[in-house]
Amino acid sequence: MDDFLAARSQMALSLGFHIIFSCIGMVMPFFMAVSHYKWLKTNDEVYKNLTKAWSKGVAIFFATGAVSGTMLSFELGLLWPKFMEHAGPIFGMPFSLEGTAFFIEAIALGFFLYGWDKLNKWFHWFTGMVVGVSGLASGILVVAANAWMNSPAGFDFVNGKYLNIDPIQAMFNKAWFSQALHMCLAAFTATGFAVAGVHALMILRNQNKEFHLKAFKIAAVFACIGALLQPLSGDISAKDVAKRQPAKLAAMEALYKTEKPAPLLIGGIVNEKDKTVKGAIKIPGALSFLAHGDFKAEVQGLDKIPENEHPPVAITHYAFQIMVGIGTLLALISLIYFVNLIRKKPLLEKRWLLKLFVLAIPLGYIALEAGWLVTEVGRQPWIIYGIMRTKDAVTPMPGIAYSFYIFSAIYLSLSCIVTFLLYRQIKMVPVLYDKSNHASSD
Amino acid sequence: MEYVVIAFLCLGILLYFLLGGADFGAGIIELFTSTKNRSRTRKTMYQAIGPVWEANHMWLIIAIVILFVGFPHIYTTMSVYLHIPLLIMLIGIIARGTAFVFRHYDAIKDDMHWLYNRIFRYSSFITPLFLGIIAGSVISGHIDTDANDFVSAYIYSWLNWFSVAVGLFTVALCGFLAAIYLIGETDSEQDKRRFIKKAEYMNIAAVIFGAMVFIAAQFDKIPLIDWVFKNTVGLTAIILASLSLILLWYLLIKGKTKVLRILAGFQVTMILLAISYAHFPNFIRLKNGGAISLFETLGPEKTIYSLGLALLLGSVLILPFLGYLFYKFQKKEE
Repeated sequence: MDDFLAARSQMALSLGFHIIFSCIGMVMPFFMAVSHYKWLKTNDEVYKNLTKAWSKGVAIFFATGAVSGTMLSFELGLLWPKFMEHAGPIFGMPFSLEGTAFFIEAIALGFFLYGWDKLNKWFHWFTGMVVGVSGLASGILVVAANAWMNSPAGFDFVNGKYLNIDPIQAMFNKAWFSQALHMCLAAFTATGFAVAGVHALMILRNQNKEFHLKAFKIAAVFACIGALLQPLSGDISAKDVAKRQPAKLAAMEALYKTEKPAPLLIGGIVNEKDKTVKGAIKIPGALSFLAHGDFKAEVQGLDKIPENEHPPVAITHYAFQIMVGIGTLLALISLIYFVNLIRKKPLLEKRWLLKLFVLAIPLGYIALEAGWLVTEVGRQPWIIYGIMRTKDAVTPMPGIAYSFYIFSAIYLSLSCIVTFLLYRQIKMVPVLYDKSNHASSD
Repeated sequence: MEYVVIAFLCLGILLYFLLGGADFGAGIIELFTSTKNRSRTRKTMYQAIGPVWEANHMWLIIAIVILFVGFPHIYTTMSVYLHIPLLIMLIGIIARGTAFVFRHYDAIKDDMHWLYNRIFRYSSFITPLFLGIIAGSVISGHIDTDANDFVSAYIYSWLNWFSVAVGLFTVALCGFLAAIYLIGETDSEQDKRRFIKKAEYMNIAAVIFGAMVFIAAQFDKIPLIDWVFKNTVGLTAIILASLSLILLWYLLIKGKTKVLRILAGFQVTMILLAISYAHFPNFIRLKNGGAISLFETLGPEKTIYSLGLALLLGSVLILPFLGYLFYKFQKKEE
């Protein structure tokens, strides 16, 4: 494996790992806050136990997310020193604010996890909310920094020099809003479906039904609202990408030739050598509409872009298909759920609906990772779009492949251990939180 | 505004050293505790650092963000030439943080704990060792930006007597800080005596490794003695640190916990000041005799201004909240 590929793989792996943990860490606190609120209002012990059970999950995910995030703040320099040398002062603003938000989150989490029976109960609830809000703020800020790489702003690039740097303008670049919105909704949807699915599974197994049903309802509402709003946010993103990064849009849709009107391709097998797509379903004019809001508009294909600026088409296209496909499926499940809710059908009788939720446990995260691939791979060969190429940013140190192998092993084992720990937490729910077994509820 | 940014950078590094260091130290103490007392040490430690450990490690993030936003050239030089020790330190941070949380949140207590404990203890030792090695390497003048071969560019930059001695010295200081901190966190008189003993051993170890740092500096031709003794601030700092050592031993024997903490923190601060003041504002010393100075590598004006503003704003939010966290979860004195 050559060093450049190794560096890219290691970065992809680290971000792909971190993204799951940080999403859970930023969404779960809101679920806890709802459950915690219900406990404070109704005095129903089940809600208290639920909050505690979830908070243990959050502690595990937060710690893993925090250390993998620490890793990333160094890895940017370890792998891409030439990028950081120039980009650091420009896109550093969201990172310095994120440092604050992350710090507040860690403090609030300390209060929340250790504050049971030690703090005023509403202050305790408030610290839980602070965990959620600052986590969400961190997420938005980090995505804003990534958005800058897609949509560089806040400096003038003159003769290879970065002049007139304005970090505030860099932070509020053109892509920050659409990317942050899409990411936040994705985080709520993916985490919501994963959590709801796990509890649905336990309901289907007839274990602690009351506990799991309450948990399911809280998570499902967040998940379904997120999944229904996501297509709207996706539309904003698509139009935005069409305007700013035509090469990325063309790769997402494997549009090799500029067309007017351009069809939307669903599925299909990309042949990067021949620049063709086989076996895709074509919806005439749909891409023109999605990209420019007009069924007859011209959509720029890869033929208008110099060959050495093409992103890898196959990966981007497949990842985009996976993301959209899953997103549509989750939106459908959400629709069914809400219809069911409005018609006041008891959930426990609809076992097939619960089974759908079980099926959706991994789907949200698969879509989220696929979306991340679209935005990152679709930006290649650039690390700063249009300004600096990724291969020019890589570290001069040889032997990165070994560090990639080490980190693959570390992340793989961490994933296994975290899964194992969650399995054990869930397995212990009857012992720890069953109403008939109060004595050991702590 | 650049002074605000540099002040926060120094504060971040200092607080990470003190708080994060005490945190690592707790694991080092556990490593050097006899098997029969380990579970009790673990319990005290968990109560003491459980609520605050994640916040303690945020100081590292703050310092690193200041570096890459405000002083990108320093950040990238370290990233390139100290890639290997940084990587090992990061692996240590990952292993330690996760093992600490996993062993607490594993719902079932079984053989897995053997694994978590091992990982936690050894990474608590390795992480500050490499942190010290990195700190030593930055000032050792072994970073060779003109090197053409792998070994002199990426290995000798950190693998030298001085850096390793600083690493060991750091480990001893961390253990010392932790022992002092834990004395005040336990209820049992017996445990308290145990931690006092530990603090004494760690203090002796720190003095020995401290002496080794000076010897290694001579060996590697680093003008450490000049920095410390031919400079008024350095000399004052080292005299204060030495004098307070006497007071510290007196208080240790008396078992005064709160004053001890302040004194131990003060000592470590003085040591850091003595080592770093003489070559401030130079941050990295290079093999070719040059240096990378904080002022010369300062980022653009607008960046520094907004960074300083963000830090000031952040500290208004963070410091009271953090102070309350420490206050709320410290052991109440009867």
